[in-house]
Amino acid sequence: MTTLRPAARPAGRRTGRPAGRRTGRTRFRRAAQRNLTAYGFLCGALICFAFFSWYPMVREVLLSFQKTNFVGAARWVGFDNFRTVLADPVFTDAWANTAMFTLLALLIGYVVPFCAAIVLNELRHARGYLRFVVYLPVMLPPAAAVLLFKWFYDPGPGLFNQVLKAVRLPTLAWLDSTDTSLLSLVIVSTWMNLGSGTLIYLAALQTIPGELYEAAELDGAGLLRRIRHITIPQTRLILLVMLLLQIIATMQVFIEPYLLTGGGPEDSTVTVAYLMYQYAFNFNNFGGGGALGLMLMLVLMVFSAIYLRVSREDAR
Amino acid sequence: MTTNVTPAAPPVVPVPSRRHRRAARRRAAAPETRTLVSRHALGTTRGKIVYWLVLAFVLVTSTFVFVFPLYWMVTGAMRSPNELAQVPPDLLPRHFDLSGYKEAWRQLDLGLYLRNTAIYAGGAWLFTLGVDVTAAYALSKLRPVLGRAILGLMLATLMIPPMVIILPAYLTVKDLPLLHVSLLNTPWAIWLPAAANAFNIFLLKRFFDSIPTELLEAAEMDGASPLRVLWSVVLPVSRPILGVVSIFTVVNVWRDFVWPLLVQSDPQKRTVSTAISSLAVQVPENVLIASLVIASLPTIVVFFVFQRHIMAGLTAGGLKG
Repeated sequence: MTTLRPAARPAGRRTGRPAGRRTGRTRFRRAAQRNLTAYGFLCGALICFAFFSWYPMVREVLLSFQKTNFVGAARWVGFDNFRTVLADPVFTDAWANTAMFTLLALLIGYVVPFCAAIVLNELRHARGYLRFVVYLPVMLPPAAAVLLFKWFYDPGPGLFNQVLKAVRLPTLAWLDSTDTSLLSLVIVSTWMNLGSGTLIYLAALQTIPGELYEAAELDGAGLLRRIRHITIPQTRLILLVMLLLQIIATMQVFIEPYLLTGGGPEDSTVTVAYLMYQYAFNFNNFGGGGALGLMLMLVLMVFSAIYLRVSREDAR
Repeated sequence: MTTNVTPAAPPVVPVPSRRHRRAARRRAAAPETRTLVSRHALGTTRGKIVYWLVLAFVLVTSTFVFVFPLYWMVTGAMRSPNELAQVPPDLLPRHFDLSGYKEAWRQLDLGLYLRNTAIYAGGAWLFTLGVDVTAAYALSKLRPVLGRAILGLMLATLMIPPMVIILPAYLTVKDLPLLHVSLLNTPWAIWLPAAANAFNIFLLKRFFDSIPTELLEAAEMDGASPLRVLWSVVLPVSRPILGVVSIFTVVNVWRDFVWPLLVQSDPQKRTVSTAISSLAVQVPENVLIASLVIASLPTIVVFFVFQRHIMAGLTAGGLKG
């Protein structure tokens, strides 16, 4: 690509040719060549992003204002799709279930990994084993993990009811009852994802300077006060970031209701993402699905914006 | 609190020399920083008892919560349907019987689906590396006009959760704009979207930024073209990050469910995850469980082999910002 031979360039400079136009032109040509090469390198990514990320983002907005049957051209229908989904009696259920799912998943999936990380950080034995074991479920394909739990939830010979029986607790109907169906979804989801949070917190805990604990202890601070005044403030940022990421991730919940319950019983496990899928592929109403997707996108973008702000604060 | 206990500045308060030496010896044996609980507290009798109790509790709980379900899965596949329906179940299966696995392989045609998934994951890996490495290199070292804007637009896609644009993405793949071809039921529907990964570009660019420019300039002086510089200078020093990106790409394609469910709907083209979930109702329970084990094995093996890389990548992902 470079037309100048390596030896010629320094030599040409050293002879002190009348500088100015000539060098300016060379510089310009080299800059143009650099840009050309750079865009040659970038074109693959630009094509992939344009087709599979940027265009779908725009199309998501268009889709929710259109009616399309894939035979003729799409028709603009204004807010009709939104009116359709808002009038759907399942709409409020879906949002309530999604909110409840996220809340329950946070109650377990947010507090437990942090506590687990604090304890793991103190242990001097079996560290490799514990790290490995905690992360193991994260590596399973989610479909396999969810189907595995579907078998565990079997009200008869399923593992969970057998364990409950063994410790003389009342058995549950799990997926078959509206009382426990959503909770059952939360349990699988938490089991699958607990490991990554734990290991991320563990890495954060290891960056806390030991002198802080030393100093606090000399000041007479007990264990809990050291956690409250050193561990939590020192990991405040990562805790906040993980909270937002977890909210964003859990609000998109789809695979659990899709594989475990199909939204039932009595729509107790229909989530927004699942309803969106149903609109598109069961009711063949991509406009309605698009409208739901757009609403979910707007809600999640609020959290994304906060996340962006928090991580900028971190950079500063 | 005025005492400043750092290795550089010796403590103002004199420390008993024996304790000091012992601590030093321990530090040499296991170079660990001080954590929440001090070594001194762990050294007391009460501390030791509490420590071992906590350790035992953690070991038992985590094994029960995370390993036992997997044990139950692996052994469940060895039980006959009658044994699976038995209440209460035995902790061990009656026979060491692998016929469930054989049946799963045969009835569910797992060989085909594992091969499909491997083709999707392998192709996605090649495309991701080819596309994302060159893009990150261009953005990091060649710095073209509008490079920052392009990077910004790419990173902006991280703010849009994948699930909310899955319908328009599906429609795009079904009828590609301008070209009007359908990628449905072709591997391209998995390969190309996998390459549009802003997080990979972010990770790679950040790594390339840390490579000293002098190194590249020296190669350029020797007359190496940018491609040559990328291949012989940048890539060899970027092995760690390439490893992380590779593993995550392959594992993510392998684990993905929703996207292949939509774009590979042809029963012959399914991935192992979508195939098992759609055939789940048609097969006996022990065969289904065996198929879950077989589907999980590849990622578990990858985890065994690349544990360090995966955990390093995880923290890189968690601390992104």
